[in-house]
Amino acid sequence: MRTIRAAAAVTVVTALAAVTGCGGGTSSDGGGSNESPKTLTYWASNQGPSIEADKKILTPELKKFEKQTGIKVKLEVIPWSDLLNRILAATTSGQGPDVLNIGNTWSASLQATGALLPWDQKNFDAIGGRDRFVDSAVASAGAEGKDPAAVPLYSLAYALYYNKQMFADAGITQPPATWDQLVADGKKISKNGKWALGAEGGNLANNIHQVFVLGKQHGADFFDSAGKPTFTSAGAVAAVKQYVHFMAKDKIVAPGNAEYAQNQSLQDFANGRTAMVLWQAAASTFAAQGMKPADWGVAPVPVPAGAPGTGQNTNSMVAGINMAVFKNTRNSDGAKEFVKFMTSDAEQKLLNKTYGSIPPVKAAQQDPAFSAPDLKVLRDTLATSAAPLPQVPTESQFETTVGTAVKDLWADAAAGRPVTTESVRAHLAKAQQLMQQ
Amino acid sequence: MTATVTPGRTDRADSGEMLGKGDARRRLPRIPDRTRRGGLPYLLLLPAVVLELLIHLIPMVIGIVMSFRRLTQFYIRNWGEAPWTALDNYKVAVDFDAPIGQALLHSFFVTCLFTVLTVGLCWLFGVSAAIMMQDSFRGRGFLRAVFLTPYALPVYAAVITWAFMFQRDNGLINHVLHDQLGLTDQPSFWLIGDNSFIALVVVAVWKSWPFAFLIVMAGLQNIPRELYEAASIDGAGVWQQIRKITLPSLRPVNQVLVLVLFLWTFNDFNTPYVLFGRAAPEAADLISIHIYQSSFVTWNFGSGSAMSVLLLLFLLVVTAVYLLLTTRGRRGADA
Repeated sequence: MRTIRAAAAVTVVTALAAVTGCGGGTSSDGGGSNESPKTLTYWASNQGPSIEADKKILTPELKKFEKQTGIKVKLEVIPWSDLLNRILAATTSGQGPDVLNIGNTWSASLQATGALLPWDQKNFDAIGGRDRFVDSAVASAGAEGKDPAAVPLYSLAYALYYNKQMFADAGITQPPATWDQLVADGKKISKNGKWALGAEGGNLANNIHQVFVLGKQHGADFFDSAGKPTFTSAGAVAAVKQYVHFMAKDKIVAPGNAEYAQNQSLQDFANGRTAMVLWQAAASTFAAQGMKPADWGVAPVPVPAGAPGTGQNTNSMVAGINMAVFKNTRNSDGAKEFVKFMTSDAEQKLLNKTYGSIPPVKAAQQDPAFSAPDLKVLRDTLATSAAPLPQVPTESQFETTVGTAVKDLWADAAAGRPVTTESVRAHLAKAQQLMQQ
Repeated sequence: MTATVTPGRTDRADSGEMLGKGDARRRLPRIPDRTRRGGLPYLLLLPAVVLELLIHLIPMVIGIVMSFRRLTQFYIRNWGEAPWTALDNYKVAVDFDAPIGQALLHSFFVTCLFTVLTVGLCWLFGVSAAIMMQDSFRGRGFLRAVFLTPYALPVYAAVITWAFMFQRDNGLINHVLHDQLGLTDQPSFWLIGDNSFIALVVVAVWKSWPFAFLIVMAGLQNIPRELYEAASIDGAGVWQQIRKITLPSLRPVNQVLVLVLFLWTFNDFNTPYVLFGRAAPEAADLISIHIYQSSFVTWNFGSGSAMSVLLLLFLLVVTAVYLLLTTRGRRGADA
């Protein structure tokens, strides 16, 4: 019995210690002493079809940089699913890379940690000046009124992708410009196993992107000017309800979409099961799934009425990837040199063409390659009718809590449970209460 | 210590030669008193103690300290500067009238139900299969290997495969239940909504029951065959033999097995995380995922640590009570 008790005690201590153990650490306040001027570490986010593809794309550029400056860049491509946790771990330990990519929606949250180099006038001047970048892209790189925490690298916006053949089969001659038209067209298409619109109900970030835009169209932000959550405002409730009603009431989204979280809606689009998707730069994905560019069309995301523009006719969030410098870098000059290289006109054209994104650098955007029909829609959207997600420190919590509320409402819709103003408000109220920890 | 053992001595001891008490004392390797006083045993224990401290105990203490601080993204760069909040994080966690406390309580109950079902089913399947495999028959080795396969597979690969199979429109489960057997009116959702709890239990049981099978199978090897032969001669049937011989003999094994399964299942993180992602459906919101969300998704490490400490206390109490009861029962049986 003593043996059993001893074994049990060891097991308990081991298991419980694993449960309770939380990492922690103190920062080593590096502050850019330029002790290692000849090497840099770069964490790149996974932009291409695979990590290997990213390495293949970026390695020649890094060699080019090394040839120009003598600085060797050690590259690590990190999947999106791991990136935020890796950044948090680096922030906690103070042992991070010199330069890293961040999702632009995380900018204000990461800015609040104080781990990233602020891009003040002097630092921007070191890379050619803030005016080189599109305003909306810079606005999505940190909280309003503060120096940005990062520099825009790749810009993206949402557009409506539609299947031309499915539209023709339903007798529809042009893509919908308003939501009413989309629903009306959708009802013509949604029959015989075909569905009008694809959604990713289980993808929290995608849910947020969609309801944020609809919220803007309803005159609602999800935060007030002081950065406090206002999830239960009439506009926010209406936005979420409108989005989930595409399935619950309008019946133009397949119930199965409620559990999609791995871009299955793009597969459905490519397979001709769904006629429309709201997505960012999806052309390369469709091409990879065997669609020809002539098979699909691209149009601006619909608005309530009229045409997309500023203010309430916002029809996309400013999506994209930013480049940040870790404050603890021992080579701040080299890191800024690298950011300057990656945001140079030539590199911007090359990298954004490869990844199918839009350069946030104004001069590079003028390249004819970004005037192809699909990219032109994205470019115009970014220039005229896109808004950055709320740049508040609690943005990542917002994505989780409201994204989960929308996910749960999709589940209700898929199960045939009613989605009403009251039920939407109840879910959003719970999300808001969870934010106030 | 090995330097004091001569080959001749070890050979003789290993050969099983009968030694008198005095002989044994004389022939065993002797540790000089000077070495004992020098603390050699403690020195040999030191690496294990240091590793245990570094890997488990220090992080645990740090976690407890964190639970008393308002540790958010504003302080993770230097968490020692996070404001001291005394018991605030604990108060928030156990305020069951507020959403955070309610969500934690809900998650706790879901985890309890999940644990009871999973441990119960794992034990039942494990014991049943082990008993069936006790007597040798043609193909027993093959079946044993098949039964152990889930335990040998990498957890991520296995659970992600289940996630594909549970997909509503393209998954194998609905294909069989709905398309082939016609058991449901329409394809069911398994990864969202209430059914997600069933999916979670199915995957957890599939993943864990081979461990029970393995442990019970090992325990069965220690039961003398003569007991069964004698029982058989006395007219005891199979069920009586199981009840009167197998299960009582397996009691010490089962005590440890159930405890280990309980701890693993209550803390299971991999299964729900791979199956549902970082936001599990309400019906399958296990406490491990709930604490992960509080800590690493909403960046409220203080609150997450407080919840972890509460979980630690709960598991300590349950384990202590369990050990107390099983020890008392065993003492009674021994008497």
